[in-house]
Amino acid sequence: MKRDYPEKPERVYYFGTCLVNMLYPEAGMAGISLIEREGVEVVFPRKQTCCGQPAYNSGFPEEARDVARHQLKQFGKNYPIIIPSGSCAGMMRHHYPKLFADSPEYQEMLRFSDRVFELTEFLVRVLQIRLEDKGEPVKITWHSSCHANREMGVIQDSKSLLRQLSNVELIELSREDECCGFGGTFSVKQPEISSAMVIDKVEDIRQTGTKKVISGDCGCLMNITGAIEYRNLDIAGQHIAEFLWERTHG
Amino acid sequence: MVKKTFSLQKNVSRFIDNGQLRRNLRFSMDTMKQTRAALFSDKSEFETLRKLGQSIRQRSLDKLPELLVQLEEKCTANGIRVHWAETVDDANQIVLDVINQHGSSRLVKGKSMVSEEMHLNSFLADHGVDPIETDLGEFIIQLAGETPSHIIVPAIHKNKAEIADLFHKKIPDTPYTEEVEELNAIARKILRQKFFEAEIGISGVNMAVAETGTLCLVENEGNGRMCTTLPPVHIAVMGLEKVVEKLVDVPPLMRLLTGSATGQPITTYVNMITSPRKPGEKDGPREIHLIILDNKRSKILADPQLRQTLQCIRCGTCLSHCPVYTRIGGHAYGFVYPGPIGTILTPQIEGLKNTNDLINASSLCNACEEVCPVKIPIPDLIRRLRNESMSNKGSVEGAGTKRALSEMSAWKAWKLINRHAVLNRLSGKAAAAFGKQLKGIGPLKAWTSCRTLPKFARKSMLDLADENGVSDE
Repeated sequence: MKRDYPEKPERVYYFGTCLVNMLYPEAGMAGISLIEREGVEVVFPRKQTCCGQPAYNSGFPEEARDVARHQLKQFGKNYPIIIPSGSCAGMMRHHYPKLFADSPEYQEMLRFSDRVFELTEFLVRVLQIRLEDKGEPVKITWHSSCHANREMGVIQDSKSLLRQLSNVELIELSREDECCGFGGTFSVKQPEISSAMVIDKVEDIRQTGTKKVISGDCGCLMNITGAIEYRNLDIAGQHIAEFLWERTHG
Repeated sequence: MVKKTFSLQKNVSRFIDNGQLRRNLRFSMDTMKQTRAALFSDKSEFETLRKLGQSIRQRSLDKLPELLVQLEEKCTANGIRVHWAETVDDANQIVLDVINQHGSSRLVKGKSMVSEEMHLNSFLADHGVDPIETDLGEFIIQLAGETPSHIIVPAIHKNKAEIADLFHKKIPDTPYTEEVEELNAIARKILRQKFFEAEIGISGVNMAVAETGTLCLVENEGNGRMCTTLPPVHIAVMGLEKVVEKLVDVPPLMRLLTGSATGQPITTYVNMITSPRKPGEKDGPREIHLIILDNKRSKILADPQLRQTLQCIRCGTCLSHCPVYTRIGGHAYGFVYPGPIGTILTPQIEGLKNTNDLINASSLCNACEEVCPVKIPIPDLIRRLRNESMSNKGSVEGAGTKRALSEMSAWKAWKLINRHAVLNRLSGKAAAAFGKQLKGIGPLKAWTSCRTLPKFARKSMLDLADENGVSDE
C-alpha cells in the first residue's frame, strides 16, 4: 500500500479502539508512551468509541455509518490519527470512504481516512523511531493480523521494530499470514470453523518453541490467547506496543 | 436443484472433524499455493498482469450484450450452432434434444462447472442417458457418486488410498493398488474405449472469443481434446459471461487462469475450437452446438457492484487460499460452487433465502482478494450480500431473509452505545463487572467452546488516560 508520509508532526490523535479500551488498556497506553517519547504530543479524545467494523461486516451499514460519523466529530482537527490496530485502521482508512461512497460526506470521509495510520507504520515511516533494547534475551514469535497485512500493508514495519531489539530473537510461524479465525462476529457466527482455525494457529505458535507471541491486533490476541489458556499452555500473548515499551523504557 | 434445508452450520459440523479430509485438503492446497506462488514470484509483474486481466474482463462485461450477439454471428458463420438457455432446465432440454435428434446414447464428457450447475448428469440419467466423465478427477467422483469439491481439482478431497479402494470396489477385475501410474492406467484403459465408442462429446468453455467465434478450452489430460474431436457431435456449454472481445484478450487471461489454477505457465492442451469438420478435413466433429446459459447472470450483470462476480475465470485459487475452505472442504458449501467465489456467486443464483447462512462462510481475512487474478473484491461483495440479507430494500433474490428482531435490536443497541460516550463507558464497566457470569449464554458459549473468556480490565484505557493526564484537548 504505497502512500505518502507526512513530516513528523507536533501533535497526533490517538484512537484506542474498543478492544484495547476494555481488554488491553496497558497496550493502548504503551502506544501513547512510544509516540510521546519521540517528542510528539498525543491527544486522546475521551468521547471516542468504536470504528464501526462489527456492524459493517455483519450487514448493518447504516449503523456503521452513524458510528463512523461519531468518530469523525471526535477527531475534527487536522492531526494524524494513530491506531494500535491494523484492523480498526483498515476500517477507518479503507472502508470509511466505501461506506460513504454515495453520500455528500464522501470527500470529508476521504480527508479523514487520509489521516489514519496504524501505530507501527507511524513509528517507522513518520517518526523513524530507533529502539534501544534494555531487556533480557528472549525468543518470540509474531502473528500477522490479516487486516494489518492485506489492508494496511504494515507487517514489514511491525517486524522491523521487533528486529531493532538486539536481545529479541524472532522465530517466524510457518503460516504467519494465515487468519487466526477471529474475524469479529465470525468467531461466534461460525464457531466451529473459527475454533479449527485458532487451534491450528496455536499449534503453529507452539511449534516455534517460544513462550511469547506478539501481534499488532487485539482481536487476534484475544482469540489466540483465549485458545492458548484453554489448553493451559505456557505461552503469553502481547500487543506489540506494550512489548516494545516494556523492552525500551526505564 | 434447490436444497431447501441447506445450513452451512450443519454441514460444517458434518465435515469439520473429518481429520482425513482436513489432512488431504491441507496438503493439496499447500501444494497448489506453492506452485502458483512460484510462477507469480515477481509481485509487480503479477500485479500488472492481473490489472490487465481485470480490465479485459470488465470491458467484456461492459459490452456483454453486443459481444454475445457478435459471438453468435461469428459462430454461426463458422458453422457452430448457437442455442440460448435462460434457465438450467432450458439448457438441459437443449442437450437432450440434440441427443434425441441423433438417437445417441453413448456420451463422453469433459470437465465443466456449468454442466454441474445444470445438474446435467442426473437430468440425463433420468432420461436414460449416462454420460461418462473423462477428466480423471471427475471420473473418480462419478464412480463414487459424488460432486466436485473444488472447481479445478474435483476429487481433491480424496487421497490415493481412498481412490485405490474405490477403483478396486467399483471397477470389475481391478486389484487394489496405490501406484499412481497403475491407477492412471486403469482409468485410461476404460476411457480410451469410451472415446472410441462415443457418439456425442460434451465440454465446457473457458473463454469464447466474440471477434472470431472461437471456443477456448484448457486442460491437462487430453480428454478435452478427445471429447471435442473424436465424437461426431460436440456440445459445448458456457455461462454467458465467458465471452471476451478479441483474440488478443486470450493470452493474458489464459496465463492468469492456468497460473492461478495449477501454477502452470500454460496447460498441456490448449484447444481453440472455431468450426466443425470442413469438407476435405479428416477429423473433428461434424456438428458443434454451443449452449449459452444465463441462469440469473443477466440479473447479476445489471448491478454495477455485484457484476464484478462475473469477472471470475474459474481458476479456483480463492478456494486454495481460503482458510475456511481448507477446514471444511467444498461439499460443506452445499451447492455447486464452493469457496469464496461460491460464497458470493451461489446466493445470487439460488437466492439468499435458499443459501441461508452461506454468506457467513468467511472471516473476511482478504486472502481471496489478494490472489484473485482478475481482482474481484470478494470480501466487499460478501459484505454487500450480508447487507442485502438484512435489508428489506435489497435487490438480490431473498433480500431481507436474515432480518431477525433479536439481531436488529442488538445492532441498534450497539449503535446507541457507540454514539454516546457516557453509555459506552458504562457498558464497558458493566462488561468488566459481569462478563464472567455470561459464559454460558449465546455468543459467549460459542466463544468458550475452545477459548477462555476475554479478561476485561479493571480500569479501561479511558480511565488510565484520565489518571495519567493524557490530553483530551
